[in-house]
Amino acid sequence: MDTRHRLKEYEMVNENASCHLRLEGELTIYTAMDMKQRLLEPLSTCRQVDVDLSQVSELDSAGLQLMILAKREATRLGKDIRFVAHSPSVVDVLELCGMMSYFGDPVVMAKGDKQ
Amino acid sequence: MNLDDALQTFVVESHELLQAMEEALLDIEHSADPVESINAIFRAAHTIKGSAGLFGLDGIVAFTHVMESVLDKVRDGKVSIDDDMVALLLSCGDHIKALLGGLSGGQEHIDPDMASIGAALIERLSVYLGETAGKTVVTAGHHPKVESAAEPKVESMGGGFVETDNWHISLHFGIDVLRNGMDPLSFIRYLCTLGEIVGISTSFEAIPPAAEMDPESCYLKFEINFFSDADKATIEGAFEFVQDDCIIHILPPRSRIDDYLHLIQELPVEDMRLGEMLVRCGTLTQRELEQILVIQGANASGQVQQQSPIGEIVVEAGIVHAPVVEAALEKQKSVKDVKAQESRLIRVDSEKLDNLINLVGELVIAGASASLLSHRSADVQLQEATSNISRLVEEIRDGALQLRMVQIGETFKRFNRVVRDVSRELGKDIELQISGAETELDKTVVDKIGDPLMHLVRNAMDHGIESTELRQSRGKPVKGTLRLNAYHDSGSIVIEVSDDGGGLSRERILKKAIDKGLVSPTQSLSDQEIYMLIFEAGFSTADKVSNLSGRGVGMDVVRRNIEALRGTCELESQEGQGSTVRIRLPLTLAIIDGFQIGVGSATYVVPLDMVKECLEMSGEDRQKSREHNYLNLRGEVLPFVRLREHFREKGQAGPRENVVVVQYGSQKAGLVVDELMGEFQAVIKPLGALFGNLKGISGSTILGTGEVALILDVPSLIQQAASSESKMALVQA
Repeated sequence: MDTRHRLKEYEMVNENASCHLRLEGELTIYTAMDMKQRLLEPLSTCRQVDVDLSQVSELDSAGLQLMILAKREATRLGKDIRFVAHSPSVVDVLELCGMMSYFGDPVVMAKGDKQ
Repeated sequence: MNLDDALQTFVVESHELLQAMEEALLDIEHSADPVESINAIFRAAHTIKGSAGLFGLDGIVAFTHVMESVLDKVRDGKVSIDDDMVALLLSCGDHIKALLGGLSGGQEHIDPDMASIGAALIERLSVYLGETAGKTVVTAGHHPKVESAAEPKVESMGGGFVETDNWHISLHFGIDVLRNGMDPLSFIRYLCTLGEIVGISTSFEAIPPAAEMDPESCYLKFEINFFSDADKATIEGAFEFVQDDCIIHILPPRSRIDDYLHLIQELPVEDMRLGEMLVRCGTLTQRELEQILVIQGANASGQVQQQSPIGEIVVEAGIVHAPVVEAALEKQKSVKDVKAQESRLIRVDSEKLDNLINLVGELVIAGASASLLSHRSADVQLQEATSNISRLVEEIRDGALQLRMVQIGETFKRFNRVVRDVSRELGKDIELQISGAETELDKTVVDKIGDPLMHLVRNAMDHGIESTELRQSRGKPVKGTLRLNAYHDSGSIVIEVSDDGGGLSRERILKKAIDKGLVSPTQSLSDQEIYMLIFEAGFSTADKVSNLSGRGVGMDVVRRNIEALRGTCELESQEGQGSTVRIRLPLTLAIIDGFQIGVGSATYVVPLDMVKECLEMSGEDRQKSREHNYLNLRGEVLPFVRLREHFREKGQAGPRENVVVVQYGSQKAGLVVDELMGEFQAVIKPLGALFGNLKGISGSTILGTGEVALILDVPSLIQQAASSESKMALVQA
């Protein structure tokens, strides 16, 4: 497994209390520490957060936990977090664990795959 | 935990497992009761598959899966194991080795060649699977375990059966699973290869509030409704690597409601929640859940449920066949045994050991210098203290060297496979006998002795042992025997490769040697000398060149390799009876017990193990020795070398001279020296390439005084003594 976890800086665009967060690289145990902070940070400032997962190359249990945590935290704070543009590896994990319905986000496959 | 390290460990362990598998496969052919061997083979394949799955090495998993399926059939007695299958499985082992070799940075690189080899092997394996495919379908239709569940006990428990035909697997991963380098998802993915996940429910209630949540801890729990034909042991096997960290419950199809009740009570999740999860993943219907909850309510009257210990997979004894339980317990036991054995061994980087040995070497030198100074100071107490230290240093030295010692058995065992393959290739029936496998020698020597041994073994099989017909006509047993033997002998280790073949032909070797101009026709040579000619470069007597040996390169390479290890070769042969190649190697390459001798102003060191005795040279002997270079040692002729002359030391010998009698192999010789200085621990420092051609010196060492002493190369000195003596004899005659 590739242990290099080059994690590019995500873009955060503040548009009227709505943020766009773009995660890149692995969302795994190797990046979990960073990712936790990055996922939760915008929740404190924005009312609505869109998390773009299109560039997530790998997702593991640790990453899944973080997604759940972010979702739960958002609900607790009365905010809204949406995961969008799931990459195939994200879809794969969510389906494997039967978690698709928990997030309830519309999944659009990249590259014109079926919805 | 660094994953690269883990992968490294995986590769190393897989190689060990493959080695074990190969041994077991070769064992099957001889053993009367192959069950244990088959189990060992199965375990090896299974473990490799499981670990490969953890690293996401899909190529290896896919390949070993097919292999495992075939082995499973063998284990169940549905397919019998024969020669062809052993050969096939051996090739499969080789293929896995090749796949492991293709790993780099955790990625699989399967080149097209390898892929086609793999595909061909899988096709051959599938033949065995195909034959019994019909049976598999039948077992899939009705679960064999179902009948056994119908035990009368059920009535008394007051519980019915749960309707589902599927397994229920409850996975509560320990908090450290992720930190231990394992991803729970990979287990679920692996489960997919065993059957179909009908329903899955992921629990994440355990995730603490954001501030307290540690992203590297695992908080996930899974309830899985699983359809599979696999037996309980196989499903359990999927979790072999996490069973210490997790609570895993596996309920077979149609378990009693009571069992689910237990499950719900034992798992540290809120009752309602787990019940809901069971319903959600489809294991229980809502009605069944209600039933369970009612029973639970009834039981709740102060009964303390025993918590199952973490790591133990709960075997619901009432449900499964007794053999299944036994198998599961047996398996757990064997896993534990293996672990216990592993914990007795530590893997150490050989570089660390080398560093330790180097340090000990320096310590020995420093110690020698300290004890020398203490002797000069004439302070008795200081002398006592230093002699204590020297003794301890000696023990440390022995201990440190012992760490590097490994048994030669591992190296020998590898030849089982070689002998098997080569004898097939040659169409000869050859048996390998191994003795002295427990003989220990230095790891670096073991590593370097493999190739020369391989050459000797192949040579013996190809040229030594005759064809079956010839053996029959000579009245020998049809089966040829090749022997590998090892033993310790005066400070060296001796490795013998012997065969019961035709032996060496003295005349043919001599003729060839004369043809090639290696010896002149007038030279008179002993048998031993003639045999040694085959170790000369460019010498081959084989009438025809086979693809194994006989090209005339080889034996000289063997000799050079062995000489590079400061060893020697001997050859013994009896025509028609067989021949023996005897390799003699120093036990260690680093530190030796030496015997210090003085000649003029210089000091030399002789390895103590080679010193037989010391004599004073009597006046009468000195008189005689002017005429000939031998002594009368209790009626025995003892050739000797005057080191003073040999090393061209200036000045006259003192009034007294001593003889050190040294022995190497079966030969003895005397070294005439001025002074005997006693024992000394010598740290061998190799001489540079510049001194490579120096005769009679094998290395150097540093004395306590800081002076350099040369270590004598006893074998070459003995040879010189013997040959100069025979020359003198010729001249006189």
